Amino acid sequence: MKLQHTVKAVAVLAATLALTAAHADPVQDDQLLINGEEELATQAPAPDHLEGALGDTVYSGWLFRDTDTRAMQKDDFDNPMFLFVDAGLETWSTPEGTADKSCADCHNDIEESMKGVRAQMPKVNDKGELWALENYVNDCRTNRMGAEAWGWNSQEMKNMTAAIGLQSRGMPVAVKIDGEAAPFWEKGKEMYYTRFGQLEMSCANCHEDNFGKNIRSDHLSQGQINGFPLYRLKDQGAVSMHQRFVGCVRDTRGVPFEAGSQEFRELELYVASRGNGLAVETPAVRH
Amino acid sequence: MQHILVLTVVVAGLGAPVMAEIAPADVPWAEDGSISESLTGTPGKPEEGKVVMTTNALGNCVACHAIEALPDVPFQGNIGPQLDGAADRWSEAQLRGIVVDAKHTFPDSFMPGMYKVGPFIRPGVAYTAKPPEKPEDIQPILSAQQVEDVVAYLMTLKE
Ligand code: HEC
Ligand code: HEC
Repeated sequence: MKLQHTVKAVAVLAATLALTAAHADPVQDDQLLINGEEELATQAPAPDHLEGALGDTVYSGWLFRDTDTRAMQKDDFDNPMFLFVDAGLETWSTPEGTADKSCADCHNDIEESMKGVRAQMPKVNDKGELWALENYVNDCRTNRMGAEAWGWNSQEMKNMTAAIGLQSRGMPVAVKIDGEAAPFWEKGKEMYYTRFGQLEMSCANCHEDNFGKNIRSDHLSQGQINGFPLYRLKDQGAVSMHQRFVGCVRDTRGVPFEAGSQEFRELELYVASRGNGLAVETPAVRH
Repeated sequence: MQHILVLTVVVAGLGAPVMAEIAPADVPWAEDGSISESLTGTPGKPEEGKVVMTTNALGNCVACHAIEALPDVPFQGNIGPQLDGAADRWSEAQLRGIVVDAKHTFPDSFMPGMYKVGPFIRPGVAYTAKPPEKPEDIQPILSAQQVEDVVAYLMTLKE
């Protein structure tokens, strides 16, 4: 028994050391166990299309955050995003617009109708356009409810995408990158490797070449989007994927694309595909 | 007495041939990415260079580089090589080249050009996320003299 423990400890240590040598430390000794019951996988085999660019494993951003931040995401009572999820759930069944209909009038129970939706977004719609979850939400609002579109980064939109995203929590990210999606995916990929701004930095410079390392006080993750929209302690509020993209491009002393733009939806598809296989963590907590 | 002294210095300054500062576009690059000429003709001050290197809004070199010689500076990054001993590894001309635009020395470098105004892809005015209205809105990250100060500090990093 004792021996077994020792053997295990040595094996863990060896694994940790090997990892440190390749890329410094995503945490190795913690599990994302939600509410003490549901475990979310925070790493997955790297998708084939990456051709080894991230080694053989993709990691959730959760593994790069400090102990306190990680703990907040383990318990839905401690996770500040659940205030927004609750607001989203309330809106789900509140009639609005000239049609006086609520989401629930058409989609019934969110837990059933929206299960798995987040995991496949963004995707090509039946008109051949690349749509993110926000586009689908606003399409229902304007065309089926006769209500006004929400702003991409509005609180209402984040409440709703958090509530919908939660219904896929734990399911593997599985965005489609072939067929009609392929040309969008290619453009997103090109953008990921483009060095923007006066600092001439690409997403890959930070999140592929240097994840695990520190840029001043920031511990660089792989820049995965499986947890969005998420609560950012620094902003004391919910942050959408495109908001994060805007921030990262601005930090290169660059001019970002608009939230919701064609360019950022293509980037979203490509970045999502880099996390194919990771569990949806929406709504995550980061600092 | 003091006034007279100041005046004399000013007059002497005017009399001497004033060296024009080298603009970012006119930097005399050598083939190997080094720059042997001072950008200003005024010797750099290591103490000033240290401030530039450790201040976020200036060079912020410690975002990516650790410098053991500066143990009081918190949160030193580990993206680039540690800079202690830089002056043993590189000449002054090479260090000037690396600071002005490291891509002339390391072609795909992650290190930003500190005395460079383009061409860039979608450059913004500093961190405002706003495009420039006129070319002068894009200023080099460091001034020519700040580059000289940084180089002077790097030259003190001997092991
Ligand atoms: C100058 C470095 C830098 C560049 C360039 C950069 N990022 Fe980031 N990014 C960061 C830092 C620092 C963080 C916060 C810590 C972390 O999660 O890596 C971050 C966080 C993120 C996150 C949040 C991850 C999470 O789990 O919360 C995403 C998504 C992201 N970046 C995507 C991108 C994309 C897409 C690009 C290119 C358009 C990009 N980044 C370019 C530095 C950068
Ligand atoms: C965003 C990251 C980043 C920043 C900021 C940065 N550097 Fe670098 N630097 C690097 C990297 C990476 C290298 C390694 C060469 C390469 O690009 O492959 C490097 C190399 C160097 C070298 C050569 C080191 C050696 O001994 O081989 C010097 C000297 C240097 N940098 C000085 C500076 C100074 C001075 C500043 C600030 C004015 C600075 N760096 C800012 C990333 C950075």
